[in-house]
Amino acid sequence: MEFERDLHLDATELRLGLPGTATKQSSEKQKPNSNLAKSNKRSLPDMNEESAGSSRENSRTVSSNDKKSHDQETAPPIKAQVVGWPPIRSYRKNCLQAKKLEAEAAGLYVKVSMDGAPYLRKIDLKVYKGYPELLKALEEMFKFKAGKYSEREGYNGSKHVPTYEDKDGDWMLVGDVPWDMFISSCKRLRIMKESEARGLGCAV
Amino acid sequence: MLRKASSFPEEMLEHVLSFITSDKDRNAVSLVCKSWYEIERWCRKRIFVGNCYAVRPEMVIRRFPELRSVELKGKPHFADFDLVPDGWGGCVYPWIAALATAYPLLEEIKLKRMVVSDESLEVIAKSFKNFKVLVLSSCEGFSTDGLAAVAANCRNLRGLDLRESEVDDPSGQWLSRFPDSFTSLASLNISCLGAEVSFSALERLVGRCPDLKTLRLNHAVPLDKLANLLRGAPQLVELGTGAYSAELQPDVFSNLAGAFSGCKELRSLSGFWNVFPGYLPAVYPVCSGLTSLNLRDANIQGADLIKLVSQCRSLQRLWVLDYIEDIGLEELAACCKDLTELRVFPSDPYGAEPNVSLTERGLVSVSEGCPKLQSVLYFCRQMTNAALVTIAKNSPRMTCFRLCIIEPRAPDYQTLQPLDLGFGAIVENCKDLRRLSLSGLLTDRVFEYIGTYAKKLEMLSVAFAGDSDLGLHHVLSGCEKLCKLEIRDCPFGDNALLANAAKLETMRSLWMSSCSVSFRACKLLGQKMPRLNVEVIDERGPPDLRPENCPVEKLYIYRTIAGPRFDMPGFVWTMNGDSV
Repeated sequence: MEFERDLHLDATELRLGLPGTATKQSSEKQKPNSNLAKSNKRSLPDMNEESAGSSRENSRTVSSNDKKSHDQETAPPIKAQVVGWPPIRSYRKNCLQAKKLEAEAAGLYVKVSMDGAPYLRKIDLKVYKGYPELLKALEEMFKFKAGKYSEREGYNGSKHVPTYEDKDGDWMLVGDVPWDMFISSCKRLRIMKESEARGLGCAV
Repeated sequence: MLRKASSFPEEMLEHVLSFITSDKDRNAVSLVCKSWYEIERWCRKRIFVGNCYAVRPEMVIRRFPELRSVELKGKPHFADFDLVPDGWGGCVYPWIAALATAYPLLEEIKLKRMVVSDESLEVIAKSFKNFKVLVLSSCEGFSTDGLAAVAANCRNLRGLDLRESEVDDPSGQWLSRFPDSFTSLASLNISCLGAEVSFSALERLVGRCPDLKTLRLNHAVPLDKLANLLRGAPQLVELGTGAYSAELQPDVFSNLAGAFSGCKELRSLSGFWNVFPGYLPAVYPVCSGLTSLNLRDANIQGADLIKLVSQCRSLQRLWVLDYIEDIGLEELAACCKDLTELRVFPSDPYGAEPNVSLTERGLVSVSEGCPKLQSVLYFCRQMTNAALVTIAKNSPRMTCFRLCIIEPRAPDYQTLQPLDLGFGAIVENCKDLRRLSLSGLLTDRVFEYIGTYAKKLEMLSVAFAGDSDLGLHHVLSGCEKLCKLEIRDCPFGDNALLANAAKLETMRSLWMSSCSVSFRACKLLGQKMPRLNVEVIDERGPPDLRPENCPVEKLYIYRTIAGPRFDMPGFVWTMNGDSV
């Protein structure tokens, strides 16, 4: 057939065989096309789906150690968003994106949980000027009383104690550090039962 | 002596054919002989055109003079994911104009991924006196003005379904255009509408349509009004709620719970935007009868979610966000033994880290506990070959398997191997598999398995997979029933495509984007295959300004008897004909 001649099919030698063997020969013979086969990013120059992760690098070398070096494999491990991936409907994507961006632009949202409550809430720490305001808001939100805070004894006389997880992953008592330090290190809040909170406010 | 072969009288054959409704069977009947072709075409009532550019409306009209129902699809599937630029095409107006003249008795129009103008809707509204059903699935281009025309003019309308469409809706008043004398509505789906509709008009409409079985509301319908609607339509079978939150008030709650209890026929629930968990128990009375539950937009998490799902013991279809987590899916597997379809969507698809504990284990649990599982769509962040092999063994009846591992080219996270073996097990064990979507790290080997075993496969979606043209060749040469193939970001080039050119005439369409198919190969294909439309989509400008061996951005090839289309925008070039 005419176009088979144009193709030089004999040169490409399409046949079934283990991946890697056939491709090696065909990729060597298709010299003009070989770059194209490997640099399929040409049309999207600023896109890079590769991400860091040595495990991924390893797996690729395991499966493709007989291939020529790819542009992709030497690309820097920047994580960029790929158009249309993951494959979810675009208007839904816009919904989710918009919500996320709104939240992130606006404030410092942290999750708040309370032992015994079936669901979490999210609050914007930037909204509050200090601990008294924050505690009042939490008390209203979860319908509890935190009791009086003192540096020495923590929260006295209450069934629930507000705590938070800081950047180091430690659970701290809300109120121990200055407010500014608190909002920059607080990852999330948890209103613990008083029995569980023992050991957290004690003076060392 | 020549004896005329005795044949059925035409009327008898027509009568027999009236029982044959499946398109495939009808098509087979029409191929038996010329007289059967003639008889069949005169009594065909419904037609499905999977690609609106595969045939011209005049051709359909000429062959089938007595149609009552027309279904059309426009844009390729990947348009759902922003891969098809705006303005690509799929405008329905030429079809509507032709149908309006040819079929005054037309009753149903169903469109998917088409651009529908208000003008088209107006023509529909005014041209078909007995118009009954309009379904606009994932369509766009129209506003509530067009809907108002339909409401005002279609006196016998039974169904108006706008599922997943994008509607410009400046006015919520269109619903009031249904006249007071209008009582025939059986199905209304307005879940995609952004703005409020007039609630009083809605309430009156619902109240006066005794046949109303399906009602899918949009999020703007407030929860405290839902009870009113339900009390006006206790015969509802399918309900989509509006926003599902309000301040928790005992009387609102009990009113709602009472209204739900009154809906004894309810089998399908959806909606649940912005859920306030305190109101969830209001639906508990209907859970045991539910066969379909769509929580795809519901921000319910943890124990609330599990509690809701585990009460739906008759569930056959569940769509849910990954808030359900592995633990929820285990519960699902234990409670819902009739489950046939599961879709798990990502709550945070663009997050770098997993925000929920949903892994391959959840899907394995469901495959173990639900023997009737047939259709799966699963977004997750990790997978293993072992899990896929297990799933394959547990679910030999699988007909649709779509797995999306969120990170492209993610390997088996335990062995770091490609997922070839896992997907290979799926195609080998699931002998009735009709639809498959791949993800994760995959070599040409997975395509070898697919070509070898997936003999009933009709639709395949591939992304970031394969090593060479061999992969594409395996699929095109092996999958006998392949109808739609869509590929993105794979190192597939000219050779497999050109070597399997004839195969493309046996398929509906092929989409390839960010692959390695050269302009030269596209031209060759277009010139040699007159019954294929070979369209290059390239927003960089005319492909002939670049070297011939330069890969095209996107390629859409489909079989057609209509010739090249006339409505291509500036960034689409046809490879057919001398103009190239």
